[in-house]
Amino acid sequence: MKKLLQNREAALAIIIALMVAGIGSYAPAFVSLQNITFLLDDVSILLMMALAQMMVILTRGIDLSVASNIALSGMISASLAQFYPELPVITYIVLAVAVGTLLGLINALLITRVGIPPIVVTLGTLAIFRGLIVVYDSGNQVNASEMGDVFQRFPKIPLLGVTTTFWIMVVIAACIWVFLNMTRTGRGIYAVGGNPVAARYCGIDMKQQETLVYTISGAIAGLCGYLWVARYGVAYSEIASGFELTVIAACVIGGVSIAGGVGTVPGALMGGLFLGIIVNALPVMQVTPFWQMAISGLVILAAVIINARSERRVGKLILPEARRAGVSL
Amino acid sequence: MSMQPRANIPDTAPRRLSDTLLSWEFILVLLLIGVFVLGTSLSPYFLDMWTLSDATFNFSEKAIIALPMALLILVREIDLSVAAIISVASLAMGLCVGLGFGPWALAGVGIVVGLACGLFNGLLVTRIGLPSIVVTIGTMSLFRGIAQVVLGDQAVTTYPKGFSGWGQGYALKMPPIPLSFALFLGLAVVFAFVLHKTSLGRKLYAIGNNPTAARFSGIPVDRIKLGLFAVTGLLSGLAAVFLTSRIGSTRPNIALGWELEIITMVILGGVAIAGGAGSIPGVVLAAFILGLTTLALSLVNVPGIVISVLMGLLLIVSIAAPIVIRRMSGLKPS
Repeated sequence: MKKLLQNREAALAIIIALMVAGIGSYAPAFVSLQNITFLLDDVSILLMMALAQMMVILTRGIDLSVASNIALSGMISASLAQFYPELPVITYIVLAVAVGTLLGLINALLITRVGIPPIVVTLGTLAIFRGLIVVYDSGNQVNASEMGDVFQRFPKIPLLGVTTTFWIMVVIAACIWVFLNMTRTGRGIYAVGGNPVAARYCGIDMKQQETLVYTISGAIAGLCGYLWVARYGVAYSEIASGFELTVIAACVIGGVSIAGGVGTVPGALMGGLFLGIIVNALPVMQVTPFWQMAISGLVILAAVIINARSERRVGKLILPEARRAGVSL
Repeated sequence: MSMQPRANIPDTAPRRLSDTLLSWEFILVLLLIGVFVLGTSLSPYFLDMWTLSDATFNFSEKAIIALPMALLILVREIDLSVAAIISVASLAMGLCVGLGFGPWALAGVGIVVGLACGLFNGLLVTRIGLPSIVVTIGTMSLFRGIAQVVLGDQAVTTYPKGFSGWGQGYALKMPPIPLSFALFLGLAVVFAFVLHKTSLGRKLYAIGNNPTAARFSGIPVDRIKLGLFAVTGLLSGLAAVFLTSRIGSTRPNIALGWELEIITMVILGGVAIAGGAGSIPGVVLAAFILGLTTLALSLVNVPGIVISVLMGLLLIVSIAAPIVIRRMSGLKPS
């Protein structure tokens, strides 16, 4: 039991189970099949974004531009649907992913080729990408009625009781898990984040790894851009505003270390699920949605404190006397 | 018999002309001149004493917070919760209006609440040893969340008459220097003095370059960091006083997104995000550049979101250009 609790993913799973049970016993409607399928659909975008962000954070980087990327690629995809509403849905998706990938690649090139720190690059592109929406569309918005049915129906098609959005997330999560755990490049990403110098001496091409993670992050943001716009039926310059911090919060709760090299696919998924459950439970618990922000703040702080306690390493102490005295560096 | 030194070894390496020309502050001065040229050519109203003085209202509060933020980033920490501290400090003032507080008492409440928030961040970072970026993402959510819980969709607008004097007031009538701008200039002098002329300032650079070595050489790293977080909170509280007084209302979304604008200011000012390098004159120049660019573009009716695209470009290009120039001219990267 103690060993199980020390495993962060297991501990988080237990906490989530207890939380769902607690909310369910207070409000049985919360654990109804209908609400659970709604919840799974609702958190899918956050989960995909958390996985993408996790890969970036693993390399000691950060991608603050993802929410702006969602908004821009969603907007461009929606405006294609506005003018050509009868194209096969895959065209809209491919366009959104292509735009997202391009934006991710721009980040990647600025970081790896020019050598600007990731936080600076993505802080800049956060403003640029979102602003480009207005430049591109002069501040108009694309409404549900203008997008057409083909564009909007796809993410909501039920498949085995859940929506396609959810299944897309499952496929992406599985791919990322296989990539990070089974491939040489994937293991290299952990190596780069864990110890960049050692990774370099092992012959791992850091720039290639970084280019890859920012491009993947952009591609997934592009996909989520399509899903977001199609799901909510509106595209304008403010969608997903501030979402980048929710995504990073999901990673932190899921035990992804901001210092790089530590983080797992199940962890990031559960971090996102945790936030998703809180957001969806508040109305069921008859708490005003105004509590949402304060509660997620508390959860982030609690998660990071717990993570720090389990991560504290004594090996870093240089002086043996200090170690005996219990001094922490 | 006096010892003659065998060789004259200077304390610092000789500065070549290319070093001066590529120094960050020099580039920023050029940029600032560029902004003035751009502004004057775009609009005849730009080079007017009153226009320029009005423009300082829009960036002085952010610039006040940029000063301590520069020191935090210099020692490898960051505070993303500054805008949320403004919202919670403004909330506290809003609540105290109902209790009949006078203008001075309100300002005191705002500053003390800001200080408390900053101490909270600092204690979490230094006592528990958490990464500040994560802590302040958390407290950013928590602080603004508290403002949302208390205010909901309401706003406090019943501030006493004397209170608006600060945010809209002038320190000097002629030339017109707004109070907030004068305060920013005064604080900038204090910060520049501390960073560049005192041993505390040298210690900040030491921490930023190598925290472990700094600790082993007897610098109280944690205490200094705690102090910096506290000062950041305190000045965010002060900025909240000026902002609340200027717009005369408290809403939960007050100062939304300011943290990124403030950090942009600091980075454009030449403070290395990895710590250990940067100067206060740089940050002050960056504050002027960003504030006056916004003024020049809004005088010709460029929408705010387009201005933010240009700000983003300015940030990336100005950081990238020296790196690219150095690489192409074969100079060593600094």
